[in-house]
Amino acid sequence: MKSLFRSREIWLLLVIAAMIFATDLRAPGFASLPRLEDILEDSSILAILALGQMIVILTRSIDLSMASNLALSGMIVALINQYYPGVPVPGLMAIATLSGLLLGAFNGLFVWRLGIPAIVVTLGTLTIYRGVIFLIAGGQWVNADAFTPDFVALTRIEMLGLPLLIWYAVAIIAAFYVLMTRTSLGRAFYAIGVNPTAAVYAGINVGKTTFWAFCLSGLLSGFCGYLWVSRYVIGSVEVAKGYELTIVAACVIGGISISGGVGNVAGAVLGSLFLGVINVALPVINISPFWQMAISGAAIILAVVLNSRGEKRGARLILKNAESA
Amino acid sequence: MTEISHETRFIPDRLEKPWRSAFFSWPTLLLAVGVILFIVNSFASPYFLSPWSLSDATFNFTEKALIALAMALLIIAGEIDLSVASIIALASTMMGLALQYGVDTPGLVSIGIVTGIVCGMFNGFLVTGLGLPSIVVTIGTMSFFRGISYIILGDQAFKGYPESFAFFGQGYVWWVFSFEFVLFLVFALLYYVLLHRTNFGRHVFAIGNNPVAAQFSGIRVQRVKFLLFCLTGIMSGIAAVLLTSRLASTRPSIAVGWELEAVTMVVLGGVSILGGAGTIQGVVIAAFIMGLVTFGLGLLNVPGIVMSIFIGALLIFVIALPIVYRKIKERRA
Repeated sequence: MKSLFRSREIWLLLVIAAMIFATDLRAPGFASLPRLEDILEDSSILAILALGQMIVILTRSIDLSMASNLALSGMIVALINQYYPGVPVPGLMAIATLSGLLLGAFNGLFVWRLGIPAIVVTLGTLTIYRGVIFLIAGGQWVNADAFTPDFVALTRIEMLGLPLLIWYAVAIIAAFYVLMTRTSLGRAFYAIGVNPTAAVYAGINVGKTTFWAFCLSGLLSGFCGYLWVSRYVIGSVEVAKGYELTIVAACVIGGISISGGVGNVAGAVLGSLFLGVINVALPVINISPFWQMAISGAAIILAVVLNSRGEKRGARLILKNAESA
Repeated sequence: MTEISHETRFIPDRLEKPWRSAFFSWPTLLLAVGVILFIVNSFASPYFLSPWSLSDATFNFTEKALIALAMALLIIAGEIDLSVASIIALASTMMGLALQYGVDTPGLVSIGIVTGIVCGMFNGFLVTGLGLPSIVVTIGTMSFFRGISYIILGDQAFKGYPESFAFFGQGYVWWVFSFEFVLFLVFALLYYVLLHRTNFGRHVFAIGNNPVAAQFSGIRVQRVKFLLFCLTGIMSGIAAVLLTSRLASTRPSIAVGWELEAVTMVVLGGVSILGGAGTIQGVVIAAFIMGLVTFGLGLLNVPGIVMSIFIGALLIFVIALPIVYRKIKERRA
């Protein structure tokens, strides 16, 4: 029981519940099922992306190209859907995922084979991928009327009362929970983040594992490319612009340490949910949406301050000091 | 940065001859790239080689380059500031707000710069006072500072800056030399002296290479880092004055994405993103190169978004090239 309350995820969950409750006081009916469904739907894509970013951050890297990757993969399937409406939508999902995987592998190769710091590589591909969208689309937008009904429906159809978009997120979260806790690859991500030198002695190929982390974050970005375009029914160069930092923010709020090795699936999901609640709650309690940016900024700063207080207790920091000294 | 290198360092018995190391140094390589770009540009467009169009070209990088100068020091010391563009937005908003109360040019300029310093101190306090990782802190303050601009401005804009204020972003000191460009050169010189010719500069390198050793050598690591965050704050404030004056208006979306361009400039300039190495000369040349690429492609009617492909590719390949070269050399040996 005591250890339960020491866990960061429980506190984050309580804060989220408190936020929903407080909003409900100001605007009765907020803590109702349809609103909660809105929140889940709003945070689904972010949660999937945050999982990908989490894995990369665990390995002491960062992937700033996720939003551009998402936009490019999304544009590819949007264009295919516009010009070849016969291609079935599950095929398009596969194409988006594959394109994301390739773009992620490209990042990973530079980090693995050439040892260029991840932040530099993904800073570069962030602008490259977004520029390529403009090239392949010829500067055009893919508008709402250009999509086939199926393309739009496959995130909206309800299953057991919830739209498919939420189920995709649930399935991916479950898969990643298994990956991170029950497979050797998942544990390897933690191992190289906590201590790369020790990981080498434990027989883990640090470079290759980092490469896989980038492949996974790319794969998820690509899949989210389809989800994003289908949910917002638009394909353009501007899709998800600046979103890369929102993804990092969700991870940070979820208690994933930027210095690697610390963090879990629940944290990433709750961090995304936190931002999702803010998004949905602000307009409901008549706060201008222009407040949203400052509030999420303040939340990030607060989260990182609280997390660092939390880390100072316990034995983990002593080990860390010894390592960096 | 967050990564810790565990490789052993290769320390040669004898240093390379100075002319040889100067010839193969990063700034020289960059300079060669710059000269090639210049020649290609002048062949590609007949409008390129006129003093006035070259002068126009400087406007699209001087403001970012001013920030890059301070950012270079910060990155060499092993930290980073991603909130610089948001500081510009906030400083510009504060100037616009002051304008509504009838503040005149000198007041506006000081408000812009003071806002920059305050933001820099805030970042510096969070990083050095509370011991938080700068990359996360400044991602937070990046939303926070710009968020305040959005709260104040919404979808509105501040306009109607006085005519005397226009000089900073639009005025010329002498012939084709704009105030912005001259200011950049002066600051480049100042930062060169600060980083390469003073104790403070040596401390910055020492901290970047090994903060623990620097601490034990009697360097006040946290204080130096705090000052560096103040410096990026000041430079962002100055850039805000120039940009606001040049555009003669303030919107909350001003300078979006500049933080990444400033970092690109610094890294392209040969500053190690892991800290501990880099030169101001490199950053200055990188600024010119990015200006040349943007301007040259602009003359050829290449849209801005396509230019960003070139900038991104330039960043990756300029850094990959020496590594690939070294790998091939190692394989042969």
